[in-house]
Amino acid sequence: MYAKETETDVQQWFLACSAGDIPQDGGACVKYNDKQIAVFNFSRRNEWFATDNLCPHRQQMVLSRGMIGTQGDEPKVACPFHKKTFSLKTGECLSGDDCTITTYPVKIEDGFVYINVASL
Amino acid sequence: MNTRKKIVVVGNGMVGYKFCEKLTARMQPDQFEIVVFGEEPRHAYDRVHLSEYFAGKTADDLSMSTLEWYAEKNIRLHLSDPVQQIDRNEKTVHSFHGITESYDYLVLATGSAPFVPPIPGVEKDGVFVYRTIEDLDMMQSYAKKARKGAVIGGGLLGLEAAKAMLDLGIEETHVIEFAPRLMPRQIDDQGSAMLRSKLQELGLEIHLNKNTSEILGDDCIKAMRFADDSYLDVDMLVISAGIKPRDELAKLSGLEVGTRGGIVVNSKLQTTDPEIFAVGECALHNGMIYGLVAPGYEMADVVASNLCGGDKSFTGYDMSTKLKLIGVDVASFGNAFSTTPECRTIVFEDTVKSIYKRINISNDGKQLLGGILIGDAEAYNMLLQTVNNKIVLPLNPEDLILGARGGAASEGAGVMSLPDDALICSCEAVSKASICEAVIGGTETLDGIKKCTKAGTGCGGCVPMVKDLIAGTMKAQGKYVRNVVCEHFQYSRQELLDFIRLEKLETYDQVLDKHGKGDGCEICKPVVSSILASLYAETANKKPVAQDSNDRFLANIQKGGTYSVVPRIPGGEITPDKLIVIGEVAKKYGLYTKITGGQRIDMFGAHLSDLPLIWEELIAAGFESGHAYAKSLRTVKSCVGSTWCRFGLHDSVSFAIEVEERYRGLRSPHKLKSAVSGCIRECAEAQSKDFGIIATEKGWNLYVCGNGGSKPRHADLLAQDVDKETCIRYIDRFLMFYIKTADPLTRTATWLDKLEGGMDYLRNVVVNDSLGMGAQWEAEMEQLVDSYTCEWKEAVENPEIRKRFAHFVNAPTEKDPNVKFEPMRDQVKAAEWK
Repeated sequence: MYAKETETDVQQWFLACSAGDIPQDGGACVKYNDKQIAVFNFSRRNEWFATDNLCPHRQQMVLSRGMIGTQGDEPKVACPFHKKTFSLKTGECLSGDDCTITTYPVKIEDGFVYINVASL
Repeated sequence: MNTRKKIVVVGNGMVGYKFCEKLTARMQPDQFEIVVFGEEPRHAYDRVHLSEYFAGKTADDLSMSTLEWYAEKNIRLHLSDPVQQIDRNEKTVHSFHGITESYDYLVLATGSAPFVPPIPGVEKDGVFVYRTIEDLDMMQSYAKKARKGAVIGGGLLGLEAAKAMLDLGIEETHVIEFAPRLMPRQIDDQGSAMLRSKLQELGLEIHLNKNTSEILGDDCIKAMRFADDSYLDVDMLVISAGIKPRDELAKLSGLEVGTRGGIVVNSKLQTTDPEIFAVGECALHNGMIYGLVAPGYEMADVVASNLCGGDKSFTGYDMSTKLKLIGVDVASFGNAFSTTPECRTIVFEDTVKSIYKRINISNDGKQLLGGILIGDAEAYNMLLQTVNNKIVLPLNPEDLILGARGGAASEGAGVMSLPDDALICSCEAVSKASICEAVIGGTETLDGIKKCTKAGTGCGGCVPMVKDLIAGTMKAQGKYVRNVVCEHFQYSRQELLDFIRLEKLETYDQVLDKHGKGDGCEICKPVVSSILASLYAETANKKPVAQDSNDRFLANIQKGGTYSVVPRIPGGEITPDKLIVIGEVAKKYGLYTKITGGQRIDMFGAHLSDLPLIWEELIAAGFESGHAYAKSLRTVKSCVGSTWCRFGLHDSVSFAIEVEERYRGLRSPHKLKSAVSGCIRECAEAQSKDFGIIATEKGWNLYVCGNGGSKPRHADLLAQDVDKETCIRYIDRFLMFYIKTADPLTRTATWLDKLEGGMDYLRNVVVNDSLGMGAQWEAEMEQLVDSYTCEWKEAVENPEIRKRFAHFVNAPTEKDPNVKFEPMRDQVKAAEWK
């Protein structure tokens, strides 16, 4: 049923954690080498997202602890420090500031969360 | 062939930027090629609000736009590169870095420089001017070693600079003014006296009629000497003695400049070379330099429209102004200084509240000519409109500054009664009609109006009027104006609470599915969670992801991403053994400790994963959550009371503990603070609390709706000489009434301000039970009190909940390596953020 993944494909997808580790409609932080990635389980929309854990506004490693929600139809996360909000899809700042966060492809297979780290 | 005309703008300050904005908005696509030279390294920023830089705003916050904006508009921007020469024959400009650009039209927006009087010693270290972010950065680093500061100049900018000094933490700040009064251009002697006493109360030393003759010191400033041979020791000085138009480039190019500076322009803002314009503070129009931003914007607008084929003229500008100086309202409008026999004046002076108001009225009593407001400038917008639109005055014009007295308070038709062409936003020249049309067109929020009309985006002074216009226009259309929670719920908090209570909804998702739309956000989630907690005595552990981040982790997040821990210390009473436990825990986990304002001990710098370990130890020693992270009851402060104090009437500590233990954990629209004082000396400061209790000979007095914070308000007396049980009953009712009706994040003081009928109504509801809700509210409160649990105890005892407190979900024992501390006074502090 599945096309066989090539070796590079396998290397690009990092097994982050079990899907049950990330709270429903919330997020948690995953360590990948010396990088920190925020993973969000937007269960209400049945969507998963992965972004930088660093809020670019004050350089704080906290986005995974932020609240998620939507603006119009755009899924977003709000930084706990100053409530700057970022699109979970594009990483664009939705509260009018001049900064963005990087987003990463994420997939769920057999109950595990995989993050595409090709760009890291 | 390129047929585009080319415009070069010299200067990228507020007015230079506004010119670009107005021009690009008006012109045909590609009509002009635009090149901008700026001397400063930053693109244009808001100089009017410069002092907010010290109050926490960043350079980015102050920025007028982004570099992307210039790119989008195809504007070539050369920063840190002042134009040094204009060749009017060749029609080219040459910059400091050697760039040559040709032009068809040249716009000079070179602004002004601070005027520095030739006082011997001005070159010494520690002497500053106050105009650019770089000036501020230099002041900031110097201020660290300065204790006493002074500002030369008691005008508008000088007082702003003095505020900046206060913000920088200078212990003693002096304002030195040469004239016999403060803000000599805007206000009269009486107004100045009132402003002076108010500013002195706030910690500024004001010296009038003082002429600085020398600045003393070796390399650094040490002291100032004055013409009257007096001295003042200072470590730091800011000179803010006026502005000097930057006309040197114009002069060099042979353009006419005024004898006292300024580039001479006509009503089209053309200089003596018709293809060169000057706008803003560098322009001299009709013998006048305009040192405010609004006329500069008007000039930019005139030039931009005329270049696009318009025919506008600049005919001078109203110098009316309203500002908040160090928290004191100051306004001056129309002809502020007019006196008899040209007019009649009405003056109101209240030395208790430090309010001074003066209005000048035409001799026939029909027209308002101008006036001055100190201490309370709420009426400014309406008064200015009355002057500008020549609105005929009412029979008792004193009502304009005193409000109608006797009979029902007349709200008046207010802004809605203004003529359509009344200028509401003078910075952006937006009329009442354009705002109302936008509202009718469907733009019904302040942000929307700001975006589509630009009203309120300049100094922001007109924002209250814009809000009133939005509400008034919507009302006139028969629309119901209400405070909806956010885009996901078209209901107020009170309406949501009623739905949840009547329909017995239990989770955030249920509420969203039933009454909302979309997938929620960081505004409505905590609101609904707080309502659920208030109704069902839920702790924050039930649905942590729907809680504000601090409630999710049951601690206050601090700089660097660590948390602070505050155990409850009811009434501020603690045993030596418990103190030792706090000390040991703090030592073990490397925490910084500090006594809080609410008589507790705060431990800072806890890693997320250490929180359950810390709490396990605290709980074992008999502590419980202090809810310092929650919108709920914080502390009930107390003085030592009759058990030890020779003045104490009753045992305030025991009562405070009783009150704190009754309402601990009570979730509410905002935080709640309380205090109990044992006598009228009020050592517990109960009158600054949401509810405060003071012992009397006959019982207890209950005060409500006070708060400290940015807008301090004393609490009002709700009930007098009542016994303990009655006092508790009234507090039960008061709190339930507040919890059920307040908007989100509204403290009791603001709630009372918005409550129709005010304190009299509240007293009727709480004391006289006019709504007949008393018994029900008391029963509901009793239930909340009975079902209280410590949410930290709940958390440490449940392994599932404990998992929440890991920084890395895939490495739960590892801490965030980015957390950094720096040593300070034998403890640690968070590393400074960027």
